[in-house]
Amino acid sequence: MSAEPATSSRSWTVKVREKGVEALPPEKLLPDGQPTYVASWIYVFGVASIASLIVIIGSGCILALKGPAWWHETGVGHFFNSIHLWSVELFFFAMVVHLWGKYWMAAWRGGRGRVWVTGAITFLVAVPCALTGYVSQQNFDAQWISTQAKDALNSVGVGAFFNLTNFGQMYSYHILLLPVAVVLLVSLHVLLVRRNGVVPPFELDEKLTAIRAASPDPQDSAPGSSERQS
Amino acid sequence: MSFLRPKDDTQPWKGRYAPYDLVKELCIAVGVITLLAVLLAVLLSSPDDKPSTIAQWSRELPADFATTAATELDETSGTAEYGPPYNHKSGSVQHFLFLHPQRWLGVSHPINTADDYVIKPLETIPNDVALTSALAEYKAAPKMQKKEWSEAYAKPLGEYATAVEEKKTPPSTVSVDQSTGAVTVKASGAGPVPVMMASLQGLAQSGGLEGGLLSSSQFFQTDYTKPLLFMADGGLLEERAEQQHLLGDQWGLMNETGSYPGQPWLWLYALWYQIEPIKSSPNGDIQVLLIMGLLSLAFICIPFIPGINILPRKIPVYRLIWREHYRSE
Repeated sequence: MSAEPATSSRSWTVKVREKGVEALPPEKLLPDGQPTYVASWIYVFGVASIASLIVIIGSGCILALKGPAWWHETGVGHFFNSIHLWSVELFFFAMVVHLWGKYWMAAWRGGRGRVWVTGAITFLVAVPCALTGYVSQQNFDAQWISTQAKDALNSVGVGAFFNLTNFGQMYSYHILLLPVAVVLLVSLHVLLVRRNGVVPPFELDEKLTAIRAASPDPQDSAPGSSERQS
Repeated sequence: MSFLRPKDDTQPWKGRYAPYDLVKELCIAVGVITLLAVLLAVLLSSPDDKPSTIAQWSRELPADFATTAATELDETSGTAEYGPPYNHKSGSVQHFLFLHPQRWLGVSHPINTADDYVIKPLETIPNDVALTSALAEYKAAPKMQKKEWSEAYAKPLGEYATAVEEKKTPPSTVSVDQSTGAVTVKASGAGPVPVMMASLQGLAQSGGLEGGLLSSSQFFQTDYTKPLLFMADGGLLEERAEQQHLLGDQWGLMNETGSYPGQPWLWLYALWYQIEPIKSSPNGDIQVLLIMGLLSLAFICIPFIPGINILPRKIPVYRLIWREHYRSE
């Protein structure tokens, strides 16, 4: 009897593993080298966004463990709420700078369209994630923001199933449903970055002219169709 | 279609690689962000202005509370006339061309302001013979009679509120005792309504109305839709919001109490509310939401939008970003 189980080509587990390793071999998933052009402060804001998200989740978990009233009643609770608030501000700041940076790099080039799309959707999902936090605060801000913002959501029918004045519903969205969506999107975004690599710099015009002159059939492909960085 | 598929000269990188420690970088970033967040928390804290309560509202602004309660009873308040998702009226129903999503989604959180804000809370008050009799008289009356009574009561209060707002001498039909918070309305033809409303004011000032307005009849409560909408119909929240620069024309959507940054990422959303014709349109909210929906879709699709997707090549910010790389070439 063999010590190792026999692998079957019909095994779903084997298929998933093989697909996963093929798409993201370990050295791509956790690389120990970066192209030399990755040398600008703008690259810091991507990892700063993820780091801020980690601090948001960490401080949010502490607030969730103690319950929604804790931060109103104790100095320690208020301190953790402050960390939560400022990490959210840092998260959005880092994410906006990261997005602008990626726009000016045209970071969707070379088959990286999905990297941009997942990043943009993450930003858009993070907005209601923050809004539900503001209306779950159980203070005057929550009262005012929920009663004012409800009209916009009601006008498009969203208020029927996303009721800003329902604390229980908003708290569930804020601490579970929307954060899970953000984390899943960020994970997908990072995996796509690791798979496709960081977008290379634009070739300078003079170099491009030389490349085209040397090639009788220059590459003229759409985003998503060019060969990926290995 | 070369118009939709711009030329992509991006070549896979075949140049040099530099040593890189991804895990170390992430750990350092988490450390730095934690330190920054702690520093900001220590230096700047976070806002936590206490919520307003109905008891506080009925004591501090008794005439405003009485006026609002009267409009809830005669069903002329903002909530009473709102429409979906609260009722079948049309006061705040918006549409855009053939799009009527607010109507399509229907009434999901039903609120009958006369019953929910006045009658039912009053029914919880025990051992008050005068109130019991007034309530019985009111409930037994035909709909038209109820309307006449409640309008007769609300009219002097409305005149009082207008006079206060315009800083004129208030009419003598309404007197407010600021020390006790009692509001006396001389309203002929109001039937049992003055007795009912005096009891409601007393219930509110004692703090008993807050619980009575919660949506569920269960012991545990999490839905504050009814008390919040009741308070929003009055003037207390708006008065506090104006002091804290939170009104719509103060870009309040993205602000929060105190001098905190609030939600600056909503700046584009707030911007549309400052611009005519959206600013004064009765359908302003749906217009803004549709504009933002379209812009969000465009934002997601930037790589595929002709013109927008080639701007980074035309405007050479990239030369700044990759200046080290170009210098070393």
